[in-house]
Amino acid sequence: MNAENRERGTGNGEPGGYPPQAGGGNGATADSWVPGARPGGATSGVVENSTFEYLLRLADDRLVLGHRLSEWCGHAPILEEDIALANIALDLIGQASALLKLAGEIEGKGRTDDALAYFRDAIEFRNAQLVELPNGDFAATIVRQFLFDAWDVLLLERLTAATNESVAGISAKALKEARYHLRHSAEWVRMLGDGTAESHARAQRALDELWPYTHELFLVDATDREAVAAGIGVDTETLRLAWRETVDRVLREATLTRPKDGFAPRGGRTGRHTEHLGRMLADMQSLARAHPGATW
Amino acid sequence: MTKDTAASTAAPDRAPADTQWGLWEVFTQEGEGAPHEHAGSVHATTAEHAMQNARDVYARRGKVVSLWVVPTASIIASVPSDAGPMFDPGNDKAYRHPQFYKVPRGVRGL
Repeated sequence: MNAENRERGTGNGEPGGYPPQAGGGNGATADSWVPGARPGGATSGVVENSTFEYLLRLADDRLVLGHRLSEWCGHAPILEEDIALANIALDLIGQASALLKLAGEIEGKGRTDDALAYFRDAIEFRNAQLVELPNGDFAATIVRQFLFDAWDVLLLERLTAATNESVAGISAKALKEARYHLRHSAEWVRMLGDGTAESHARAQRALDELWPYTHELFLVDATDREAVAAGIGVDTETLRLAWRETVDRVLREATLTRPKDGFAPRGGRTGRHTEHLGRMLADMQSLARAHPGATW
Repeated sequence: MTKDTAASTAAPDRAPADTQWGLWEVFTQEGEGAPHEHAGSVHATTAEHAMQNARDVYARRGKVVSLWVVPTASIIASVPSDAGPMFDPGNDKAYRHPQFYKVPRGVRGL
């Protein structure tokens, strides 16, 4: 761990030799209209500052899932649920904004939350793959939300005890929201699983398809360990048992069957994503990139 | 009699055309001690579901501190044809209003 630490540098500003400054056509001239949108070297997957990196992991889960949920706006099965999903989306995007702002301050290169949200490419995103998967049908959206919320509540409960006051404060506010999200998604899992034959089949299929992607939520690497040591992170491996308890209880009530563990894709935390993230970002970032610096 | 039967078969919990879910009335309280006031209605399948929908639709932005949800069918409402017999009579009898009575001089604490 210490050796890795040294190799990566201490994260105090200048990136090392790799990658060469300002990769590709994203040189400083193209950036001048968005202050700090793309500082040189920021496009690599190389870890320079583990605190910054860790905050991106926390933020990007929320930003990406929030955007996915926002795609339901105007399309949900019923008006009340349309509003409910939009509420959750706004909560998550608000959390992401606070975390990205903090990440930008800690990075110290002048990047704002908007710069981090709209001017990073897929390889620079640090979200778990679970949250970037397409929405699928309503059952898939709900099951994904439930699997995430059950994890998120446990994570935030720990993060409220972070020694970094900003992280603790953001987490305390987010925890209240997350508890409601879990109450909502868990209730829907019960209704779908224990509903009609059709809703049960769709919920079970969603669970089977999404289950492999939950494993990544509990992976811990050097960046996480450094964040734990720095008092801003959580060893998510220690959340797994409690998460299983919540999930098993709700699945039982929903008459759904927990899938067997097996395939366990990973990579999101280091910028390796499914093909779906790039397309989602193209949509999410198009406005900000077409009208850089625009305010509304 | 016929009218009553018609009214009861048209009970408000019957599925409206746009959803199979029942209708619930939502009451919000905006501060401790304040009355719960009718805010509107939501569709939902269960009480918990109704509570969540009420929260999402009516309680997210305001200063709501408490919510009631009630199945619409449980509300006994007067009908428009009752309006005359039930609500008209009071107004022409001034002595039914407290303002009719003069407060005697010297009385305090009223």
